[in-house]
Amino acid sequence: MKFNVLPLIFILLSNIAIAQQSTKTVTIKGGKYIPLYGTDSSIVTVKDFHMDIHPVTHQQYLDFVIANPKWKKTKVTRLFADKSYLMDWTSDTTFSNTISNSPVNTVSWYAAKAYCEYVGKRLPTVDEWEYVAMADETKKDARVDSLYNQKILSSYETPKTYLKQVGKTNKNIWGVYDLHGLVWEWTLDFNSILISGESRKDVDTDRNLFCAGGAVGAKDLMNYAAFMRYAFRGSLKANFCIKNLGFRCVKD
Amino acid sequence: MKNYILLLLLLFVLFSCNNTATDETNTTNSATETAEEFDEMSIFQLPSTWKTQNNETIEFKDFQGEVLVVVMIYTSCKAACPRLVADMRNIETKVKSEVNQPVKYILVSIDPETDTPERLKAFAIKNQMDTEQWVFLQGSDENTREFANILAVKYKEISPIDFSHSNIISVFNQQGVLVHQQEGLGVDNKATVDKIIELAAP
Repeated sequence: MKFNVLPLIFILLSNIAIAQQSTKTVTIKGGKYIPLYGTDSSIVTVKDFHMDIHPVTHQQYLDFVIANPKWKKTKVTRLFADKSYLMDWTSDTTFSNTISNSPVNTVSWYAAKAYCEYVGKRLPTVDEWEYVAMADETKKDARVDSLYNQKILSSYETPKTYLKQVGKTNKNIWGVYDLHGLVWEWTLDFNSILISGESRKDVDTDRNLFCAGGAVGAKDLMNYAAFMRYAFRGSLKANFCIKNLGFRCVKD
Repeated sequence: MKNYILLLLLLFVLFSCNNTATDETNTTNSATETAEEFDEMSIFQLPSTWKTQNNETIEFKDFQGEVLVVVMIYTSCKAACPRLVADMRNIETKVKSEVNQPVKYILVSIDPETDTPERLKAFAIKNQMDTEQWVFLQGSDENTREFANILAVKYKEISPIDFSHSNIISVFNQQGVLVHQQEGLGVDNKATVDKIIELAAP
């Protein structure tokens, strides 16, 4: 009898190990809002979903790499991740202890997407991410609060925030940490921001957001931090691996 | 008591199997299965499958050995796409008599929900693009976004029938590696034409 139970215990323990990899999520109650680029006619509806409370850490990403060797830094395909992929890791499976609990960075969109799929989740859309990120500790929409904006902007000016540990910033009203202050984060449809090399020429809209005086048409001039995020997303390519860019996952 | 513990453990095991199953499906769906023999920047590594206007299922690696000229459009488009399609036809006309190796002109839909193979076929016929060198592709939403990311094409649904998108024509060599891009509408296509000829008429 005892003999039968042993393998079961083993499986049970490995199950716990898997569960520990995954970040806790909180429920985000959906709603309507006008994103930065919106006009009155383009209110965005966000459905209920669950969001990771932290960005994915180096340690968690390591577990993923071990289980999916094709994402090791010496194995990864250049089409899916540029040369900076996991550049601070000392080998395929090692990095300085000091960053174990810091957000993983220098990962591409493809890598972030593969990670989220591996843990049974997905990347958030731009609209979902911004919806949660407009909250502060007490309000679901803090965008009119100049202190909220100032805090985010000053974090953008602070160097090497990607070395900070996750979960140390104030959690917002949803119970989500670190949307601002550590790293910027990949979104599923980052390539829906229509600004590229020559935004006046090669695309036909979003001119109202990015093109010189045209930007006055944007809804929310207070939110300069959001401007920066949209512009940053517009400049990304999916295989870019950047120091101040990490990710978190969500679930439907 | 022992039985009770065993039952509890069994439940956990069942639960854990369930989890593992989902993980596996997710991993196989992921876009990163690669084959060793391709150039590491080759789109032939993409595992995604697509439907053509003739309702055939294909992968990009089926185009090995051909020069590919690729654009992303949608058939209900009124503004930029007709001009993009015209640009593609201009390129095809200029290239045709100059090359001795196969060149495929691929139009990938950014509106896969609307652009079914039947609809793509009708569009091909209407635009006199129903010959062998023209390929229209419908993918899943996910494959489409991923492919757009390879091309650095941006697009966004404005309404169910309207998208805004980058106007980029891309050239891939016979190994599936992106070698040239032309941005903008109605721009001088000489560099693009020259590149295709260089590849397909060595």
